[in-house]
Amino acid sequence: MIKIKIKKNRSEDPGGGAAQDAAGRSARLSRRSFLSISMLAGCTALGLPARAGAAPEFEGWPKSYGMLTDFTACVGCRSCERACNEVNRMPAPEKPFDDASVFNERRWPNAKALTVVNRYENPGDPSRPVYRKIQCNHCLEPACATACPIHAYTKTPEGPVIYNEKLCFGCRYCVIGCPFNIPGYDYESALQPKIMKCILCYGRIKKGQLPGCAEACPAGALTFGKRADLLKLARKRIAEHPDKYVSHIYGEHEVGGTSWLYISGVPFEQLGFPTNLPKKPLIELTKGYLSTVPVIFTTFPAIFGLIYAATRKGDPTEPERQHKEGNNG
Amino acid sequence: MDNGIQYTAQSSASSAEFRNWFMDKLFMGMSVSEYARSLATPFNLAAVAILVASAPVFIMRYTRGLASVMDATSEYPWGLLLSWGIFAGEPLFAAGFVVAAAYYLFGMKSYRPLVRLAVLGGMLGYAFAASYLLIDLGRPWRIYYPMLVNLGPSSVLFIVAWHVALYCTVQLLEFSPAILEWLGSRRLHRWAVSTTVALIIGGVILSTVHQSALGAMYLLTPGKLHPLWYSSHLPLLFFSSAVYAAMSFAILLAFVAVRYFRDKCDAKFISSTPSLTLSLGKGAALSMYVYFALKVLALAQDDRWGLLTTPYGYWYLVELLGFVAMPMVLFTAGVKSQSLKLIRFSALFALFGILLNRVNVNLIAFNWHLPGHLHRIIPPGTEIMMIMAMVTLHILVFRWILNRFPVTRELPEYEGTH
Repeated sequence: MIKIKIKKNRSEDPGGGAAQDAAGRSARLSRRSFLSISMLAGCTALGLPARAGAAPEFEGWPKSYGMLTDFTACVGCRSCERACNEVNRMPAPEKPFDDASVFNERRWPNAKALTVVNRYENPGDPSRPVYRKIQCNHCLEPACATACPIHAYTKTPEGPVIYNEKLCFGCRYCVIGCPFNIPGYDYESALQPKIMKCILCYGRIKKGQLPGCAEACPAGALTFGKRADLLKLARKRIAEHPDKYVSHIYGEHEVGGTSWLYISGVPFEQLGFPTNLPKKPLIELTKGYLSTVPVIFTTFPAIFGLIYAATRKGDPTEPERQHKEGNNG
Repeated sequence: MDNGIQYTAQSSASSAEFRNWFMDKLFMGMSVSEYARSLATPFNLAAVAILVASAPVFIMRYTRGLASVMDATSEYPWGLLLSWGIFAGEPLFAAGFVVAAAYYLFGMKSYRPLVRLAVLGGMLGYAFAASYLLIDLGRPWRIYYPMLVNLGPSSVLFIVAWHVALYCTVQLLEFSPAILEWLGSRRLHRWAVSTTVALIIGGVILSTVHQSALGAMYLLTPGKLHPLWYSSHLPLLFFSSAVYAAMSFAILLAFVAVRYFRDKCDAKFISSTPSLTLSLGKGAALSMYVYFALKVLALAQDDRWGLLTTPYGYWYLVELLGFVAMPMVLFTAGVKSQSLKLIRFSALFALFGILLNRVNVNLIAFNWHLPGHLHRIIPPGTEIMMIMAMVTLHILVFRWILNRFPVTRELPEYEGTH
């Protein structure tokens, strides 16, 4: 078992082994074998650490699509909201889409509106406020999918994160897990409540069409394309206009990267973006815990069985002793 | 012909016998009118008033959706109902596994009189926790989906769901000897008793995983949970606090039994309660020291000291010093001075600390940086009504069982069989 493990680890190590001198290699091996031995107890048998080590880090589906929002271009016309409402056949909103009074409140996507545009002050130029379109960011490794105990969410190879309401029982742990507070639950429905969120117009992009919002945007604030190309485009814009943009592409690395990317003229923190997120996917934070669960199942019966056996032995006079204790108390 | 008549007479006689036996079990030996009269107490009146008043709220929830009774949104999907019913409740209900493990696995034989009461407290608590879920789930009729329809093993909630379901079953089996004694089924009773140790070990595993998983659920929220409460140690913190919550709950269960159900307790139960309270108090104090140390350790490991001087830092200190350190010290003083009163008070105090911690993680420190946060987590009256109704039902069911089943007393004919 140990030997196999060493061999496996070595073959996984790119450039390791051959390039190193014999002494270095043997030091490496002895450390590895020590690690293997210490993990043998319950873990290696289940293949858990081995799997964690062997699984390459997922960096998103190759050639998947995404969207780039350029906040410096957005004029707050809400055409994207209208288009989203139409292509998803949502109910008519309380206030019409050309009513600018909605900007006086802080709105949030919900079961009735999958995307909303909010207005933020621009400290650099108070006459030109910043408009921020909010919707699902389609994480490369979505926390909602990690959270779902029924596997109702899927990250598609095309990019969109989609959801199957036929499976959902409505625990809303996906809403808790989502670092962007996006999934909206239909709390007003008694019999068929479901999660409503942007699915990047999955049906439309499979047919070769643009997502509704991108097609409708008259200001060039939304660009749909391959995520890799969008990253290049965003970098180019920032490089060409360093005075116009803050030097950050939001979504490139946050929680392992998102399919939806943003560039902005004001710091993202001022637009209400969470800037305290880890760079690694959130699933990495629960993996360790989940892998200890089978370990508990394999080791506890032995440990507690042993304790039971140890404390039970040599206690044939148990009923009498217990009687005495009872009387004493 | 003759035989036929005889047979009918016999069967009607035995069905009347069965009816008598059944009514006797149900009404505790009283006649129907006697039993009805015994129910007219101020407590029952209050209970009925709460249940009647909350009935429309429950009807609204199931006919007009969650929005009609809760303020849930995309930013605050869970309210006080889950905080109270699941996150704060379940640590208490670990009482079943902690006391059972002490008696069956660690050989602490003096705990024998308390085992069934603790297991009942745990079993009933878990059943109610599942009921809170049936209120809060959007489509409660799909509650079995994670078990049977589609599996999401990458989810910590998947672990929670499976463990609650399995542990409910295990606890029912653990408690089954009491039910079988009540029904007088000897053969099943022997079989049920023989599986005990395996069940207890299973219960320890399920409960350990389940309690820690409740904390692990929040590992997914580093950007949303305040850094003073977010820690990679969350699973361990939730588990270790469940241990002292369980002991505190067991202390209070024993107190309630001897105080309000004295006629249902046998002499052994009553006479052993003081020493067991003392012993549990010792255990609770010890596990609170462990928990306190772990909390400080988590603070040190993530180097969060600087945050202690912010408003949330003060609130954190209120929780840690006022509701962990304080009951911990009181427990210690109670054990040192052998004061049962002080130990029981500390137990109640410690449980408030558990509630505060879970409400902090679920609500107060969750999405704390959103605008208007503290205003948006105030639960509506309807949610409070549902909680009150559930607590009332919980007490009523607990009383119903304690009044009938041999929980705090040993039936002479079954003595020494378990």
